[in-house]
Amino acid sequence: MPRFSSYFTPKVDIEKNVYISLGILVFVIFLLIWSLLSYTEIIASTFLPTPHVVLLTAFRMLVDGDLFNHIGYSVWRVVAGFLIASLIAVPLGILMGTLKVFEGFFEPFIGFIRYMPASAFIPLFILWIGLGEGEKIAVIFFGTFFQQTLMVMDVTKNVSNDLIDVAYTLGATRRNVFKKVILPASLPGIVDTLRITFGWAWTYLIVAEIVGSTVGLGYMIMQANRFLNTEKIFVGIIVIGLLGMISDVIFKLIYRKLFPWLHEGGSIKSDASSC
Amino acid sequence: MMQAAVKLKIDNVSKVFGKNGNQVVALDNTSFEVKEGEFVTILGPSGCGKSTILRIIAGLTDTSSGKALLDGKEITSSGADRGMVFQSYTLFPWLTVQENIEFGLELKGMVKNERSQIALHYLDLIGLKGFENHYPQNLSGGMKQRVAIARALANDPEILLMDEPFGALDAQTRSIMQEILLNAWQESKKTILFVTHDVEEAIFLGDTVYVMTARPGRLKKRISVPLGRPRTFEMKNSPRFLEIKQDLLALIREESIKTINM
Ligand SMILES: Nc1ncnc2c1ncn2[C@@H]1O[C@H](COP(=O)(O)OP(=O)(O)OP(=O)(O)O)[C@@H](O)[C@H]1O
Ligand SMILES: [Mg+2]
Repeated sequence: MPRFSSYFTPKVDIEKNVYISLGILVFVIFLLIWSLLSYTEIIASTFLPTPHVVLLTAFRMLVDGDLFNHIGYSVWRVVAGFLIASLIAVPLGILMGTLKVFEGFFEPFIGFIRYMPASAFIPLFILWIGLGEGEKIAVIFFGTFFQQTLMVMDVTKNVSNDLIDVAYTLGATRRNVFKKVILPASLPGIVDTLRITFGWAWTYLIVAEIVGSTVGLGYMIMQANRFLNTEKIFVGIIVIGLLGMISDVIFKLIYRKLFPWLHEGGSIKSDASSC
Repeated sequence: MMQAAVKLKIDNVSKVFGKNGNQVVALDNTSFEVKEGEFVTILGPSGCGKSTILRIIAGLTDTSSGKALLDGKEITSSGADRGMVFQSYTLFPWLTVQENIEFGLELKGMVKNERSQIALHYLDLIGLKGFENHYPQNLSGGMKQRVAIARALANDPEILLMDEPFGALDAQTRSIMQEILLNAWQESKKTILFVTHDVEEAIFLGDTVYVMTARPGRLKKRISVPLGRPRTFEMKNSPRFLEIKQDLLALIREESIKTINM
């Protein structure tokens, strides 16, 4: 029987089932407060619908296929924008973290652009690309690409110099060092970067879909707002939350599969950063 | 007995770090030699340029003046002929113990079978048979350093450079590691240059001990250790050992005091 005080000792591990129970407990508390506020009509249903109404709405939307249509479009946009960004950001970030010439060339410019809010570019993208899928994907790309590049660069830069030096003393060429040390050493950090930035991509998606869209979860939420269908807004938000959780789990599974050497005896570090 | 050939020659090497105004002279006109098959230890206070010497020999750092020669050829870059074991743990965490040992062999293009045979031989030599499929994360510090030694030896270098490889280990582990290293050295007949700031370690391991001055590093004294081989840990209490230890402690103390006052 563990002593109760161990739960409040910094950084001390607790039993797995206690950890999981705590996670479930939060959801239960959340649901209780929500029920309390809505069923007693302390807050009017126009502002806060009851849980079962939201559930029923979700069910109805699932049955008539409406919800799947919105989810499908949103997922495809997020994945497309995120993939295009990652495909360029990862190699570029690695090059910048490895070779100073690349860092010197790209870093100042990317550092300059990354503080420009992607949402501010929406009118420009609409002007340039029109209101189609391209514009939505461009917003997501713009929102994630620059951060990704800089984060991947940092990960690559942090590869221990001793590891690189020892490779040289074992006869490695510069090419070997790149392929056999820097790349495998930075891979876990890169996958982590992708997991974190994928969450950000969802934020930009909703922004993109709120403006000039005819389908997608962001559009759905916007429409519901217009007709005061608050329960639909809730369905949209909860679905986005669930999708985010699913993608997080998928990334963690990939991480586990790809890097068995990291968690035998250790646990996966959770992300400290959020947006 | 035949006179052994000079394997490594350090010829008037100086090293200055930093730009004007903010310069650190790490090495100041240092010269010494290491003979074929010899076990040489370098003893010096903290920050006297011990790592710098090894890095210059490994080809990881260049000299400011003077040169280092291996088998009469000037060293200009890194290469597999000079293996190195670092003080920090440098096993590749994503490779198993065996894959780590095979790292250099694979670079040479050796086939899997041959690599595996060599790796297992050295694993046995350092007493870690059965650990070939472990990841470094699951090894203790002493085990990690043994694998690092096996990895360097498996690559069959002309000279093995060791930069305080046992510095982070506790006294007991350290003592056992020294014996394991001597055992591996006896078997492989490598030339070894071993850096340490531990007086006992320097005497116990070395045929020759070079004592360095505080920064800027220079050679202060050369001592031939009059102890036979193979060395056993009981020798650490022999009168001869204690006598040399006393002398060296006095020398190194002088230099350490200078370091502290610097
Ligand atoms: N890359 C570098 N740039 C600037 N100064 C350096 C660099 N490397 C070493 N130095 C300086 O050169 C001196 C010698 O360093 P070195 O690491 O060779 O000493 P050491 O004898 O190995 O010390 P320790 O016992 O702490 O390992 C130190 O004063 C150090 O600060
Ligand atoms: Mg050092």
